[in-house]
Amino acid sequence: MGTIGVLALQGDFAKHIELLRRLGREARAVRTAIEIQELAALIIPGGESTTIGMLMERFGLADAVRQRVRCGMPLFGTCAGAILMAAEIVGSDQPRLALMDMTVQRNAYGRQIESFEAELNLGAASPLTAVFIRAPRIIRIGNEVRVLAAFESDPVLVQQDHLLAATFHPELTDSSAIHAHFLALIDRA
Amino acid sequence: MSETLWSERQKSTWRTKVGLAEMLKGGVIMDVTNAEQAKIAADAGAQAVMALERVPADIRAAGGVARMSDPKMIDEIQKSVSIPVMAKCRIGHFVEAQILQALGVDFIDESEVLTPADDRFHVDKQSFRVPFVCGCRDLGEALRRIGEGAAMIRTKGEAGTGDVVEAVRHLRTVYDAIRRLQLLPREELMTEAKDLGAPYDLVVEVAHTGKLPVPNFSAGGVATPADAALMMQLGAEAVFVGSGIFKSDDPARRARAIVDSVAHYNDPDMLAKLSYDLGPPMTGISVAAMHAEERIAVRGW
Repeated sequence: MGTIGVLALQGDFAKHIELLRRLGREARAVRTAIEIQELAALIIPGGESTTIGMLMERFGLADAVRQRVRCGMPLFGTCAGAILMAAEIVGSDQPRLALMDMTVQRNAYGRQIESFEAELNLGAASPLTAVFIRAPRIIRIGNEVRVLAAFESDPVLVQQDHLLAATFHPELTDSSAIHAHFLALIDRA
Repeated sequence: MSETLWSERQKSTWRTKVGLAEMLKGGVIMDVTNAEQAKIAADAGAQAVMALERVPADIRAAGGVARMSDPKMIDEIQKSVSIPVMAKCRIGHFVEAQILQALGVDFIDESEVLTPADDRFHVDKQSFRVPFVCGCRDLGEALRRIGEGAAMIRTKGEAGTGDVVEAVRHLRTVYDAIRRLQLLPREELMTEAKDLGAPYDLVVEVAHTGKLPVPNFSAGGVATPADAALMMQLGAEAVFVGSGIFKSDDPARRARAIVDSVAHYNDPDMLAKLSYDLGPPMTGISVAAMHAEERIAVRGW
């Protein structure tokens, strides 16, 4: 059980760290390429995908993350994190990791006043409340990508091998189900 | 699935409002006055921009009444960048706030930088779908604004001066008061709430959790990467930079250096590199040399 890093260049990284610690896991904020080398897994939080992507490129983290992920390090992205993991972003040439075979559209539901909460059915006893904030939409997925949850027929939680991406914010609610799923991926890796 | 059903379900909540504030942590929100500046800010890595007609330093210089920006200007900025766009309404001017919500701005700043429209009351922010940020100088003011529905607080500092001293004082004042609350026995909290002029339930919550129930950002006087990192090390969760960028000699470079310095606020070696050869910052005004009536931060009730 190694340390789980949460990318802390910008965004709601503190919420992920709180949640991981509540689950009894060692978690720390990471900001440099060297720190990436020491991690068992990485989470890229919600925030502004352009800001986080630019800072990752500027400080050499993008290459470090790509390299570790290719060697099997599990990676979980929420909202902005999911955008940065996608191979294609509609109408944008912003810096990205491009690790998952999918196409996302940013701010696909509209501006902040269109942000919303919705119930997701994950097959568990009770539905999960998901918070969507200026959320992206996954509009195409490749053959390797599995849909774990959908909202109004759009995939909102997807997995490709050891990569997990959510267009909503599991770190903002009390349920730890999605993080627990990610931890299972880490323990399997 | 049909789009109609979708619209009917739209409902912003406290969680979506505070959630956006959470997403803006650890970054820089920059004042911009046109689409070109907004692009410079976004390219530097700003996580949001504040659209306004004049930066605070120019509002000071111009005098007169400062009001909400022209919707045309806000619209042009919204079209030029993909990051969140904020805009300011005057204190208590709920119709300006209604107009900004209709324009689809992502956050409204009910701001002391504009001339107050009401000298006793602030906007009832609970009744809006769009989230609000408000300024504060102390814990009582912060909790009054949160009680009215603000989803983000920023300590005020003294806008348009380039002097960080008030930003430091306001942030320290808020955190000192929070630490004090944590030490008080429960029976003293009601009188403390009365003395602070703050809602009792919020005072009890802060005494219990040791932090504000919404993110706390810093504003007013940040001009250098070191200033921005100072506010972060003092406990601010993100930084607003107003006049500091576009009143400096090289806005694009300074904007980028300030963004990078907030991301690496705890790394002095990095901060030294980021501060290197940036050209002159804004000239600024020393707050200590200002007359009392020139102070903007005292606006707010």
